[in-house]
Amino acid sequence: MQNNKSKYQKMVEKSSPNTNLFLNCLNAFWSGGLICVIGQFITNSLLNFGCDLEISRTLTSIILIFIGILLTGFGIYDEIGKIAGAGSVVPITGFANSVAAPALEFKKEGFIFGVGAKMFIIAGPVIVYSTLTSVLVGIIYYLSK
Amino acid sequence: MSKHCGRQSIRFENPIAIITSASTVGPKEGEGPLAEYFDTILPDSLCGEDSWEKAESKIVKDTFEAAIAKSKIPIENIDYVISGDLLNQNSGSTFAIRNFSIPFWGIFGACSTFGEGISLGAIMIDGGFANNILVGASSHFCASEKQFRFPLELGTQRTPTSTWTVTGQGSIILSNDIRENCPRITAITTGKVIDMGITDVNNMGAAMAPAAFDTIYNHFTDLAIGPEYYDLIITGDLGYVGHDLVLQMFGEKNIDLEKNYSDCGMLIFDKNSQGTNSGGSGCACSAVTFAGYLYKKLQQHQLNKILFVPTGALMSQISAQQGETIPGIAYAVAIENL
Repeated sequence: MQNNKSKYQKMVEKSSPNTNLFLNCLNAFWSGGLICVIGQFITNSLLNFGCDLEISRTLTSIILIFIGILLTGFGIYDEIGKIAGAGSVVPITGFANSVAAPALEFKKEGFIFGVGAKMFIIAGPVIVYSTLTSVLVGIIYYLSK
Repeated sequence: MSKHCGRQSIRFENPIAIITSASTVGPKEGEGPLAEYFDTILPDSLCGEDSWEKAESKIVKDTFEAAIAKSKIPIENIDYVISGDLLNQNSGSTFAIRNFSIPFWGIFGACSTFGEGISLGAIMIDGGFANNILVGASSHFCASEKQFRFPLELGTQRTPTSTWTVTGQGSIILSNDIRENCPRITAITTGKVIDMGITDVNNMGAAMAPAAFDTIYNHFTDLAIGPEYYDLIITGDLGYVGHDLVLQMFGEKNIDLEKNYSDCGMLIFDKNSQGTNSGGSGCACSAVTFAGYLYKKLQQHQLNKILFVPTGALMSQISAQQGETIPGIAYAVAIENL
């Protein structure tokens, strides 16, 4: 039986089409880059308005998050994601999408057990482990100083 | 003479008539290659309701009512409803028929539910336990995504082996009242749960293909027939990947299925223009393809003998997260013009 299973596994691997790695990387590169260019454009515009660098960067993040959520609400962000892949998942707009999408989806279950409880089903692990990692890095930094 | 043949099959003494069918599909299926065969194509997936789950129940209710109306059988003469879906606790079916006042059997066979329902209904009628039975199965793309995968608006990519859950419901009425031009159920083969160790939830075709192969192979053995007996052998929702694997498995046994084997998941969508990757899936995939397309082809005598084999992947979101492999099942139903 075990023999059959590994034989079948090989058959499946041969018969299942793979994702086109090169095309996916290419699409992620230009789309992710484009989002970064938009971010840089916003930062530069804010600097021209006379904001200092730190404030400009914070405002840029906030504006990109807003755009990500808005496009999620209009049902556009998932369409972008179909082509962009990691290009639209990795930037901060993708993080905004990962919070807004479940919030919209679970609204029917109410604001407490729906939106409130389910909002972070995708982003939750990212927040937990990035916080944990930052603590670890902080300790290493403290000890190495 | 025993009705039970071989290990897994039953040959009916009085082949059961399928006296009517009704089908409802969502907008995407309505843009697919089988659009002209469906009774109702919904303009939107919400069907006038405020949630996907309520929409699915509405679709089930409306399609059942359409089937009853078409059959002209008074509702009190329908002995049982057999129905199932993919929502937790079968709520798609139970909520739909709560005002029907017909005795109900709720079943779960994942995407093979329609085949399981037809099998049980046919046994009941041939055994003399019922005269008319309403059988249906449903699924809803958005409700399934929400329950099994990710929120709809999440910007993710689908793998090439993934399938697209069909929105809709297919209903038929089984009866011992033999009307003119009614396809008849002559035999069934009940599947075994088969697990070949597939863990990829985005490759359901591969998880279910061994079960489909096993059921069809045992159907041939039990009834001492070959694939050439049928005009068409059609599985439920293996898609392109699973279809290819079934062909390979039969090839190893030196049985040629190439000429007359297809899959509902390959017929219902156009994978090039509709972005459905490996094909359609879900309870509704086989149910609407049968109730819409195949039933009409049988009535028009363009097909006269078919082996209809709905397939199911028996996993849950929890089992997948716990690293369990995905068992599959398939039910074969032989339907012929006698």
